[in-house]
Amino acid sequence: MKLKQLEGLLGSLEQFSNPKIELEQYPTGSHIASRMLYTAENSFGDVKNKVVADFGCGCGTLGLAAALLGADHVIGLDIDAQSLEIACENADELELDMEFVQCDIKNLTWKGQIIDTVVMNPPFGTRRKGADMDFLSVALKVASEAVYSLHKTTTRDHVRRAALRDCNASSAEVLCELRYDVPQLYKFHKKKEVDIAVDLWRFVPKKKQ
Amino acid sequence: MRLLTHNMLSSNIKGVTNGFPLRIEVEKVVEKQVDFNPNFLKNMFSKIDYKALLEASRIMGYAELPDHADPSSLESDDFLRRFHHALLQLHLEEGSLVCPETGRKFPVNKGIPNMLLHEDEV
Ligand SMILES: C[S@@+](CC[C@H](N)C(=O)[O-])C[C@H]1O[C@@H](n2cnc3c(N)ncnc32)[C@H](O)[C@@H]1O
Repeated sequence: MKLKQLEGLLGSLEQFSNPKIELEQYPTGSHIASRMLYTAENSFGDVKNKVVADFGCGCGTLGLAAALLGADHVIGLDIDAQSLEIACENADELELDMEFVQCDIKNLTWKGQIIDTVVMNPPFGTRRKGADMDFLSVALKVASEAVYSLHKTTTRDHVRRAALRDCNASSAEVLCELRYDVPQLYKFHKKKEVDIAVDLWRFVPKKKQ
Repeated sequence: MRLLTHNMLSSNIKGVTNGFPLRIEVEKVVEKQVDFNPNFLKNMFSKIDYKALLEASRIMGYAELPDHADPSSLESDDFLRRFHHALLQLHLEEGSLVCPETGRKFPVNKGIPNMLLHEDEV
């Protein structure tokens, strides 16, 4: 599938109808989401025929992008039932198989080494400090090949240090810096759109025996 | 929920030491066609817990998986097709997943298991 086509399909998805501030529910725009998964597949071969988990899947954009690029089994995990419902409808709309589990990523215990790749746009931790690092640490436990994630560019050094030192990563690489328009969903945002710089990361977990 | 997903989930209640596999209580099973992909199945076979899959598939009303399977079983097309069906095509649409240690039930509605914990279980 061409990048443009992927971006077009992702652009047609329903997004949060009633975003919950405390969960940092804002969607990954189709521009960023398509490039994220396209890079994962075309530069690293981490999507096609893989088992992919989408952490904090919201309305399913990243997981569905993985399914569109040929992932064999995709699981979306989110704490919020309403988002999962929208994600289900999005999957039906695109006639894709995606599995969903409602859970809190922090408390996830996962059996075995079935998941190859985790993709996520975690809460940046602006509401609950450390939320992004909780996601990263679980993702690196679960994935056997790679984790793709977005983090604020201002936290780059911290993310690298925490990933390598505390979270079991054997490598942590910024693939590119992106502009992320977080829409003015929330009253505490004064401007109409808050344009923030985010890094697209690729982390590789240490090999588990 | 596919049984492949079931094969990864375990009870995460505080104090539980062996939360796998979750026992399935069935209210409704549905079947969905998926493309047959032998390479994927072979790869999965080495990663999943076969016994958990076998038991789960029986509870879901599918009795065609053999009691024992090892990597040589993968040479049989017949086995691969059964494995494919059990792992990917059977879905628990409504029912529960039950923690093997505590009996706590995690509900499954519209195919989505709810693994959220209560405050005192974290
Ligand atoms: C920034 S949004 C990203 C949504 C979606 N992945 C996307 O790319 O459009 C973060 C998502 O994480 C979910 N979330 C927040 N905290 C969570 C937690 N502790 N466990 C699971 N999901 C969580 C939110 O409900 C929200 O859907």
